[in-house]
Amino acid sequence: MSENVPNDLLYTEDHEWARQEGNLVTIGITQFAVDQLGDVTQVDLPNEGEALKAHEVFGSVESVKAVSDVYAPISGKVVKVNSPLQDSPEYVNEDPYDGGWMAQIEMSNPDELKQLMTAAAYEEFLKEHEG
Amino acid sequence: MNAATEPRTTPLCQAHRKLGAKMIDFGGWLMPVNYPSGILDEHKATRTAVGMFDVCHMGEVHFHGARAAEAVQRLVTNQVGKLCDGRAMYTVACNPKGGIVDDLIVYRVKPDHFLIVVNAANIDKDYRHFVQQVGPWCEIRNASDETGLISFQGPKAEACLQPLTRAPLAALKPFHFLPDVEVAGRPAWIARTGYTGEDGFEIFCATRDAEPLWQALLDACAGVGGKPVGLGARDTLRLEARLSLYGNDLTDETTPLEAGLGWVVKFDAGDFIGREALLRQRDAGLARKLAGFVMLGRGIARHGYPILDPSTGAKVGDVTSGTVGPTVGKNIGLGYVPAGLARAGERLLIDCRGKATEAEVVEGPFYRR
Repeated sequence: MSENVPNDLLYTEDHEWARQEGNLVTIGITQFAVDQLGDVTQVDLPNEGEALKAHEVFGSVESVKAVSDVYAPISGKVVKVNSPLQDSPEYVNEDPYDGGWMAQIEMSNPDELKQLMTAAAYEEFLKEHEG
Repeated sequence: MNAATEPRTTPLCQAHRKLGAKMIDFGGWLMPVNYPSGILDEHKATRTAVGMFDVCHMGEVHFHGARAAEAVQRLVTNQVGKLCDGRAMYTVACNPKGGIVDDLIVYRVKPDHFLIVVNAANIDKDYRHFVQQVGPWCEIRNASDETGLISFQGPKAEACLQPLTRAPLAALKPFHFLPDVEVAGRPAWIARTGYTGEDGFEIFCATRDAEPLWQALLDACAGVGGKPVGLGARDTLRLEARLSLYGNDLTDETTPLEAGLGWVVKFDAGDFIGREALLRQRDAGLARKLAGFVMLGRGIARHGYPILDPSTGAKVGDVTSGTVGPTVGKNIGLGYVPAGLARAGERLLIDCRGKATEAEVVEGPFYRR
């Protein structure tokens, strides 16, 4: 398995990533999640303006094989979603950390970032939990 | 994982690992779900070139003896008498209530020798059923462990397989087979059968020859874009062709008439098990039928999702199979619904994790080559 875990991101145990820029956080799913899912054929995203709560489902990703919920890494308001994913869900496979981003959130509680894993901690987590 | 639950492996397990396959436990067998190129790519390769499938886990049961034909006819609903040597047919075996014990392919090798190929998960159940019902009539031998089976499917299958064998493939028609030939120097049987909706072949061999044969076939099709295909694409391919999957679309509780397999039930064929129950069901009319549907709204129907009546919102059935149809470009599925809702053009609602999504009933295969 390719251990593609960028250093500048934060991670959840459900295999989401978060990229912080000021008060905004961009979120998506990790390479590990993508490898597990296989070919993604549908992405369901929240609406812009919607309020998300950390650890709660904000969308779903369907692959040929399975459907999987996606959980919000942090709480806040959705300011933008990656709407091209509706027509081109394969961006999630091709480029999960960039073209495959899912939503941008304005944080309501930046302290929650401390609960997320660093890249090193996430790599360790993958080794321990996913073999 | 302890030894008791350790899944069984086919003789091609190491070959799959070398190819980088993702392996899963499927009905007690460790099988490739996909290779690194992915389900959609494997699906496309099978539709446009060649897909190779490890089906060594499937079961092979031989019937020998003067009463072999009679025994097989007692077990299956299709007409065994119409087979001649070298011909095969699709059929089902039923229980006395008309429920499907398994769906099968019956091969007539000689007048006193038949081969039945059964689903992997049903080998023990079927063998017990066969022996219990017609054991005294002829010799019944479960050859599953000593028999390998590789499926070689796609529009370029004949061109790729021919250089490996002297068997005249162009003359081999669908559902015909050639026993006692050689492929890549190994003794084999070649049948023009498959489970993908494409032209193709299934190649039987000794278990010990399966790995070298697999390698020879891989080499033979690599040049045209042929590749190994896992269970993931096997499911999308068979569902596009609207071929049923035992355990999902067919079970001990569903009859061939309900499943749309009335064409393999020949009431005149003989006194097969389940005949009386199926006659009664035919005469009374069917309460439910297996419907094929395409999704109109966004969403992929999956096994177990509820099917709702669009006028009342009441649950009327369950999705038995559902997936993406990569070649047809639609999301497709099957499920049992009341007969009145099973007609082409009827609308259904599929409860996709709480989202009622519209679907339309269609007749016949979703994909035809």
